[in-house]
Amino acid sequence: MKRNIRDTETAQRLTTRRAVIVGGMMAGFMGLLSLRMRHLQVEQADQFRLLAEENRINIRLIPPARGEIYDRNGAVIARNSPSYRIVIVREDAGDVDKVVGRLSRLIELDDEQLNRAITEMRRSPPFLPVTVAEQVSWDAVSIVAVNAPTLPGVVPEVGLTRAYPLGSDFAHVVGYVGPVSDFDLSQLEEPDQLLRIPRFQIGKVGVEARLEDSLRGKAGTRRVEVNAAGRVMRELDRREGEPGADLQLTIDAALQGYIQARLGAESASAVVMDVESGDLLAIASSPSYDPNLFVRGISVADYRELTDNKYRPLASKSVQGLYPPGSTFKMITAMAALEEGLIGPDETVFCPGHLEVSGRRFHCWKRSGHGRVNLETSISESCDVYYYDLALKVGQDKIAEMAQRFGLGIRHDLPMSAVAAGLTPDRAWKRRVHGQDWLVGDTVNASIGQGFMLASPLQLAVMTARLATGRAVRPRLIKSVDGIETHSGAGEDMGLNPVNLRKMHDAMFAATNDRRGTAYGSRIIEDAYRMSGKTGTSQVRNITAAERATGVIRNEDLPWERRDHALYVSYAPAEAPQIAVSIIVEHGGGGSAAAAPIARDIVLQALYKGPPPLEAYPAKDRERIRDQQERLQAVQPMANTEGSGRA
Amino acid sequence: MSYLEYSVKSVPTGPRKILYLNWPLVLLVTAVACVGFLMLYSVAGGSFGRWAEPQGKRFALGFALMFMVAMIPIWFWRSMSAIAYSVSVILLLLVEFVGVVGMGAQRWIDLGFMRLQPSELMKVALVMMLAAYYDWLPARRTSHPVWVLVPVVMILFPTFMVLRQPDLGTALLLMTAGGGVMFLAGVHWAYFVAVIGAGVGLVTAVFQSRGTSWQLLEDYQFRRIDTFLDPASDPLGAGYHITQSKIALGSGGWTGRGFMQGTQSRLNFLPEKHTDFIFTTLAEELGFIGGFSLLVLYALIIVFCVVTALSTRDRFAQLLTLGLAVNFFLYFAVNMSMVMGLAPVVGVPLPLVSYGGSAMLVLLIAFGLVQSAHVHRPR
Repeated sequence: MKRNIRDTETAQRLTTRRAVIVGGMMAGFMGLLSLRMRHLQVEQADQFRLLAEENRINIRLIPPARGEIYDRNGAVIARNSPSYRIVIVREDAGDVDKVVGRLSRLIELDDEQLNRAITEMRRSPPFLPVTVAEQVSWDAVSIVAVNAPTLPGVVPEVGLTRAYPLGSDFAHVVGYVGPVSDFDLSQLEEPDQLLRIPRFQIGKVGVEARLEDSLRGKAGTRRVEVNAAGRVMRELDRREGEPGADLQLTIDAALQGYIQARLGAESASAVVMDVESGDLLAIASSPSYDPNLFVRGISVADYRELTDNKYRPLASKSVQGLYPPGSTFKMITAMAALEEGLIGPDETVFCPGHLEVSGRRFHCWKRSGHGRVNLETSISESCDVYYYDLALKVGQDKIAEMAQRFGLGIRHDLPMSAVAAGLTPDRAWKRRVHGQDWLVGDTVNASIGQGFMLASPLQLAVMTARLATGRAVRPRLIKSVDGIETHSGAGEDMGLNPVNLRKMHDAMFAATNDRRGTAYGSRIIEDAYRMSGKTGTSQVRNITAAERATGVIRNEDLPWERRDHALYVSYAPAEAPQIAVSIIVEHGGGGSAAAAPIARDIVLQALYKGPPPLEAYPAKDRERIRDQQERLQAVQPMANTEGSGRA
Repeated sequence: MSYLEYSVKSVPTGPRKILYLNWPLVLLVTAVACVGFLMLYSVAGGSFGRWAEPQGKRFALGFALMFMVAMIPIWFWRSMSAIAYSVSVILLLLVEFVGVVGMGAQRWIDLGFMRLQPSELMKVALVMMLAAYYDWLPARRTSHPVWVLVPVVMILFPTFMVLRQPDLGTALLLMTAGGGVMFLAGVHWAYFVAVIGAGVGLVTAVFQSRGTSWQLLEDYQFRRIDTFLDPASDPLGAGYHITQSKIALGSGGWTGRGFMQGTQSRLNFLPEKHTDFIFTTLAEELGFIGGFSLLVLYALIIVFCVVTALSTRDRFAQLLTLGLAVNFFLYFAVNMSMVMGLAPVVGVPLPLVSYGGSAMLVLLIAFGLVQSAHVHRPR
């Protein structure tokens, strides 16, 4: 095509001009870009650098070691023991199914947990370890270690878990720990960040739960650099946390172990208390259960077995169980009357076997009656009619007041679960709760610890200790926290007339050591360790007039649930009291037959600090006691393994 | 004026051509590519093998191609324009049928030894085609409506094809570069005013219609536009990339956190850290000074291209060189605006630095064309 030279030159000039315009626009835009760059990088640099740090740095918590729990002599009750678990890292494992298949041929795997782990693995990032087996044995760990080359991504990890070496002995006192549940979290207003750590263990029951704050400790922190996917690239720094405080209980583990073994399969409970300091030397409740099962996560079958057991192994009977105190309450009624000056110790009441009160006949347990009874014989022979009479003179309000002075009907501050307050009924209470007037019959029932009266074995032990010393001893369970001694439970003088107290002591001594005393069969014959005590038999059913007419059915002929509770409270040595003991055998029958012998064994075991010589027992019991001692030593874990703890 | 019309005796021949190359441009291109290698080494966590080495090999291949292209006279390339354009169009059509889906869009043809992105090829071919067209078209017909319509079709057809992939970034780049060549060729400014005016009018109308009875788009389409224009409104979705990118850039400061010390890229907070977002790593590690220096290098490359363009009197060579310079400018301008949060995120790589074969080869071929224009310019 022939071209016009002039046109071409015009076009050339136009292009040059346009090139300058375009170049200018480009330069302008580049200027804008550099301004923007300067704005972001120089003016806002600090702000963005901070954001970059926030992106990069992650704070991880290091769980602190939980405080350990010891008995008064330093024997371990709860400790942290290494536990092994097997984890799989998906990205290292490659074919997860194949690796899991191989692993399950080597060690035993729980199907349920395995399935959970595989689902979790699909959801979580590939570098996060997922637990496939927990609480595995050392053997399993070594099998995995030996076969490591064929198990890519499978790693045994060691962690700390709670262990209770004494097993069931302290289940009710110390309780157990378990993984934090959503329910636990919902109960707390501002939960500790630690609780968000998966499977972090917190106290669920007992001392573990009540003193959780002391035991838990403070979390340490680890600052780590993470990438966008959350993978930890390196640790920047580390601040160790504070381990939880160690606790020392006032309990004597050897004694506790002995008592648990002595109570055996019986549905029973015993509390041993130092009458001077208030230290609880033993709080036993049987049957018990193994708290280690709960730490691991108890199986449904095991749990059902515990809940279906009619002896209620899960209940902490010593502090939670409430029983009519029965005749063990007579000392309170007597003290109320004595302190009011309404009776003289030698005043007698005639017991014909029953008392007519406002048209209703109240029976004494002894149908033929005790004849003439004074204060001492009323206790030692446990005459009911004497107290019916006494109570009508004193009035219920005075009795209830005295009961509270002796620690009944009030909640003692112990760091255990479900510590019950019990009940010392008075007129105002009945009006408030039942909307009815207090009847004379109610007083009569309450005077012998029946009717509305309810007390726990712990309260009865406190009552006995106060009777023994005349001082307001308070129970103490925690001896020291982190090495710092807690306040002693030794109480101030109760301001009781020493003469009256002396009378009570004599009466209780007679009840156990006088030939006609109800607990004579369970006396101690070693002079230095003689025991004073009072039996109790509390009815759990009404005996109808019709039944009385045909003859009261004997306990042994009743179904277990309807038999009487057997109680016994005692202190020893009689002359210089050291310990107070209360025993309740649920539906055990009579206190003298079912409860007092146990108390004697416990008292001797505690005072001799070990198996007592047979000479302390009356001659006719010795053979039976020797058999029993041999049997108990065989089943008692402490006596065989860590018995040296009490040296 | 065409080469046929004046003597070419002053044009160097044979190996002596090498001496007449635009050497500063060669050095600048190499320098920028080296910056790219360093950054790829850095984002790979100090590994050559991952990205830097393959990129280096491609650069070597492209560098050789650049020299070959430079050695061949510019008038040969003019005659190849129509063929290059046609081949590119055919390849774009092929992508439609046998393309490989990557990053949610069909962009590649797998050639076995490399993955070819025809849209990259089209960027150069379109500029060549338009330059050749205006070289052929008598100057006074430049603004005639019929002769304006022809290049518009040439631009819009591949743009539409690319848009279908869908690759909005490349489509916009093609359209803008094409429009740029038309503007440089001297098409009457009134056309541009009209197109831009119509575009602005349309966008305004669309946005104005929102919430009225004559709404032009569906609600979900509006919402999509919203997140596209303002990613910050969706910080964990579309906005995540741009937020992290700004954090990386901003935390660089004046001098940066030091080579290989950028936490944002090192710890994978940055998306596409070795491709489209590589500038953020550079700015994070080398700071404002590093980022600005790269911008200066780019500016110098443009300057040398424009110098070449203005020193030749051959219309094809001039329009081609200027068009390629505009193209190159659009690459880094869009990429940088994107990572700095000035523009929505569209897939445009940082030229010569981002990891990627097609773009690197095509860019070096383009520089080969510029060099050819430089060597074979009538003096």
